[in-house]
Amino acid sequence: MPAEPPIDSPRRLFEAYELLAAGSTRPIAGGTDVMVAITGELGPIPERMLDLSRLEELRGISLEQGALLLGARATYTEIRRSTVCREHLPALVEAAATIGAAQIQNRGTIGGNLANASPAGDTLPVLLAADAVILVGGQRGEREIPVADFFLDYRKTALAPDELILQVQVPLPRGRSLRFRKVGTRRAQAISKVVMALAWQDLGSAGWKDVRVALGSVAATPIRARATEAVLEGAGPTPEVADRAAETLAGELQPIDDVRSTAEYRRAVSARILHRLLRDAGGW
Amino acid sequence: MPTRTLTPGTETVERALVIDPGQRVPGRASGFPLRREGPAKLTGAAKYTDDLVFPGAWYGITIRSTEARAKLLAIEPDPDVDWSKVVLATAADIPGDNVVSLIKDDQPLLVPVGGEIRHHAEPVALLAAPDRETLRQLKGRIKLVTEALPPVFDPEESDHVFAQYEVSQGDVAAGFAAADLVLEGEYRVGHQEQLYIENQAMIAVPGEDGGIVIHGSMQCPYYIHKALKRALRLSSVQARVIQEETGGGFGGKEEYPSMLALHASLLALKARRPVRMIYERHEDIAATTKRHPAIVRHRTGVTKDGRLVAQDIEVVMDGGAYCTLTPVVLSRGVLHAGGPYRCPNVRLRGRATRTNTPPNGAFRGFGAPQTEFAAETQLNRIAERLAISPADIRRRNVYRLNDTTPTGQVLRESVAAEEVLEQALGASLYERVRERTARDAAQRRGSGTIPAGTLRTGDDRTATGIGLALAWHGAGFTGSGEVHLASVASVELTADGRLRVLTANTEMGQGTKTVFPQMVAAELGVRVDLVEYAAQDTAEVLDSGPTVASRTVMVVGGLTILAARKLKAEVEARNPGVPFQEAYRDDAQAHGATRIDQQFEPYPGVVFDDETYLGDAYPAYGWAAAVATVEVDLDTAEVQVRDVIAVDDVGKVIHPILCEGQVEGGTLQAVGYATIEEIKLQEGRYLNDRLATYLIPTALDAPHIRSILVEAPYSGAPHGAKGVGELPMDVAAPAVVAAIHDATGVWIHELPATPEKILAALRAPDGGGARRKGAAAA
Ligand SMILES: Cc1cc2nc3c(=O)[nH]c(=O)nc-3n(C[C@H](O)[C@H](O)[C@H](O)COP(=O)(O)OP(=O)(O)OC[C@H]3O[C@@H](n4cnc5c(N)ncnc54)[C@H](O)[C@@H]3O)c2cc1C
Repeated sequence: MPAEPPIDSPRRLFEAYELLAAGSTRPIAGGTDVMVAITGELGPIPERMLDLSRLEELRGISLEQGALLLGARATYTEIRRSTVCREHLPALVEAAATIGAAQIQNRGTIGGNLANASPAGDTLPVLLAADAVILVGGQRGEREIPVADFFLDYRKTALAPDELILQVQVPLPRGRSLRFRKVGTRRAQAISKVVMALAWQDLGSAGWKDVRVALGSVAATPIRARATEAVLEGAGPTPEVADRAAETLAGELQPIDDVRSTAEYRRAVSARILHRLLRDAGGW
Repeated sequence: MPTRTLTPGTETVERALVIDPGQRVPGRASGFPLRREGPAKLTGAAKYTDDLVFPGAWYGITIRSTEARAKLLAIEPDPDVDWSKVVLATAADIPGDNVVSLIKDDQPLLVPVGGEIRHHAEPVALLAAPDRETLRQLKGRIKLVTEALPPVFDPEESDHVFAQYEVSQGDVAAGFAAADLVLEGEYRVGHQEQLYIENQAMIAVPGEDGGIVIHGSMQCPYYIHKALKRALRLSSVQARVIQEETGGGFGGKEEYPSMLALHASLLALKARRPVRMIYERHEDIAATTKRHPAIVRHRTGVTKDGRLVAQDIEVVMDGGAYCTLTPVVLSRGVLHAGGPYRCPNVRLRGRATRTNTPPNGAFRGFGAPQTEFAAETQLNRIAERLAISPADIRRRNVYRLNDTTPTGQVLRESVAAEEVLEQALGASLYERVRERTARDAAQRRGSGTIPAGTLRTGDDRTATGIGLALAWHGAGFTGSGEVHLASVASVELTADGRLRVLTANTEMGQGTKTVFPQMVAAELGVRVDLVEYAAQDTAEVLDSGPTVASRTVMVVGGLTILAARKLKAEVEARNPGVPFQEAYRDDAQAHGATRIDQQFEPYPGVVFDDETYLGDAYPAYGWAAAVATVEVDLDTAEVQVRDVIAVDDVGKVIHPILCEGQVEGGTLQAVGYATIEEIKLQEGRYLNDRLATYLIPTALDAPHIRSILVEAPYSGAPHGAKGVGELPMDVAAPAVVAAIHDATGVWIHELPATPEKILAALRAPDGGGARRKGAAAA
């Protein structure tokens, strides 16, 4: 039984900000999360909807001053097709390719993935590992929120109700490597059981620096595994370090049993895919 | 030869098609008739129940219990609501018996006040309104006052037994005493959802005569007809059931449609207008029947050289809250529990009990996939213990002509177990691949698996494995089922010179509408497009039995052939020297219509005793072998089924493309059963009752399936066909589990073989509780 709340489709950001400030409206980008949520079966139906599809400011993927800028409305298909993404952030392209299937990738947006803040959002570990910054805006002005500070609790974010996500900014430090791995129940249309991104800069004999181990589906929000990062920081991907990192990660994570998997599996597999990524990085 | 004749009313579709008559279509669909309902489905013109428009129709919904077990004390509509604008129906409105007529009369349409709620999705009241918005608002305004009762969820703890059977041959104790090895094993399988694409859907239209016409998605129009007569006190004429285009069934539209048709009818009678009840997916998964979960325990005695000398097998099935078809599911499960193998000393015991979960029911394979998974995994484990190849142990035990089954049935003909086995082994290069996977495993660090207990990865990312399984499937209804059904199928030469096949057997995507006219046309010697297939409308066709049990082509198809044969003989007798195809039009003009109603007659020499469970459990058996190749990710234990070679003996292939379609579909459904399809329960409630959480394989997960069809005809059927629908469902799951073992070294005893279970088994210190569980007892 589809609900049909009234919908506004502003062309200007300030109009959108006004509508948001007036309250009780729900932004809709690709709608792939929102449409599932507003049937009335799973919760109250929003009073109004705010269609973002005419806001040109939210579009586009570009490279500026050493950073990759993704408009909030960048779809997974656009990310997959973007040459700058493919060249500078292939892990995000890989993540985009695992989301839903073609139809979802055509509509689903990176801004929607962030605002929806599912612990299983597949781009989120990549954005965490890449130290991405989210540009948000509203009538009170614009501000930048590091992704690491964005997810507050289960499906709660630092985004205020009167704000929109405008852009995702991904710094591209020279020499950074970033890897992605998703484990789901099947090969398409699968929500992650575990999803991981690993980033590092290789300083040669000085080991790795700025190591990031980010995971989804193992906690109430996407998280960084700080203790594991500490094990890897300043070290290199040797078998001993990889073993220690895997053990540390298994100890650090507190996943749960749910309808998709078990805590035990998530813990073990997180450790094992990290081990594999380190092994590949070390080339042993 | 492409057919042009479609069912009446779809002419527009034909014009929309670019394929001209006689034109060959791309692909392999040449030489055999195209699917009759295919063009309408492909162009979107086919009308499913929800597409039908009935002016003035209201929408109906179901108010369900939310408790697994409780006494219903009262139904209290909110007094602040004006209920006069809608229709609310409860058990008190049922004119006849408050039962959904099936095997036992235990399931009510609606729980009456004072009655017992037996599962969390049980229907208690019905609501109809002109629009869905009203329904959404009012749904939560009806309060059920209940008193909770202690529920039972474990089928082994339940003291309410729906059915039990025991079958034995020889002396089991003596058999075990003579055995060189006795192996025990416990196997478990869970629920499986049919997941037809079209949800359950019924529209009830009240008639002038106080009767009801049902339009809906169904497998068995006459089951619904019977249920309507009983609960609504209607005459055979007042109850009329019409099958609309049906988007899949797989057994899921065998029994539940009776419930839904009764609900829609009750509302329609009270509202005095048509009422539509179309389930959404969530409700469909939450409330309708699933494959029975089962626990199967094996104790097997074998000689050193791998000959079976004793089998003691216990089957426990979870029937859910009501009986539905459980006794027949259990009986087929038990009769197939030993697998297609000769064994002199056998005891098969089975029982099905009641739990406070939604009722389980028919699903492709009907009890056999559960017990044959256990039988095949047990045999594969025995082969491993004896260091005999899985192929050889089967060669040594497989049924051959004149062998005797546990019910004492002598297999007098149509035994192709060896044939399908050898075909599958040959086509898959089974032994060669097995040598290679064994070599790979030996080279892999540790025991060929992930090092026990650690979180470390090994050198290899993936491991390949190959697995073999063999199965049999009794053709048609079990025991005296067909004799009791006494089906009638008709072939008619109408007064205006048309040829029609009349049966109650439904098209749900498997090809009934295509193959029935094909068989009749072949018998009459006329072009297939000249033979019409009458609508599945109880006002028009007689009861030829349900479209279930892979019986449609074998049993009813056989009846249509016999009817056609008689029609041909009658017409040719009236027109000496003129062959039927030249005579029939003139004959119709001269003599009017000729209709042959062919009733089922017992297959010659087939005798079964329902009391002792001895005799010919089935007139014949279909035989199937499958070899699966899997790739297991050694880091995550994710399984990708790469290839399945499926070899099926169906007696006689009527339409090769449709037949292969059945094999491929059944194989994929079995791959899903083996690997990912799982219902998780909490307090008797399905946790994953949505498409977001109940996952089946996607196109990317589907293996390459090569089907090889074998024909060992059954002489009792005029065409020799034994049925194909269920056979492939029995065999692929144990083949996949065997392949997972070949790749990883662990046996998974519980379906589905999820990565969670595989990884847990791999990481266990001894290589898996799964391995330990089946330790030898002697
Ligand atoms: C079948 C299916 C499969 C899926 N598979 C996956 C998967 O594999 N992996 C995965 O991660 N996700 C998956 N999803 C979820 C979904 O597609 C993604 O989360 C997607 O990125 C959501 O983007 P959207 O543009 O469609 O968001 P919408 O549905 O439009 O919005 C989602 C939420 O974000 C808010 N929002 C959207 N844009 C903005 C903005 N610019 N500013 C502020 N708030 C905003 C909305 O108000 C809403 O709360 C799947 C969904 C479906 C239906």
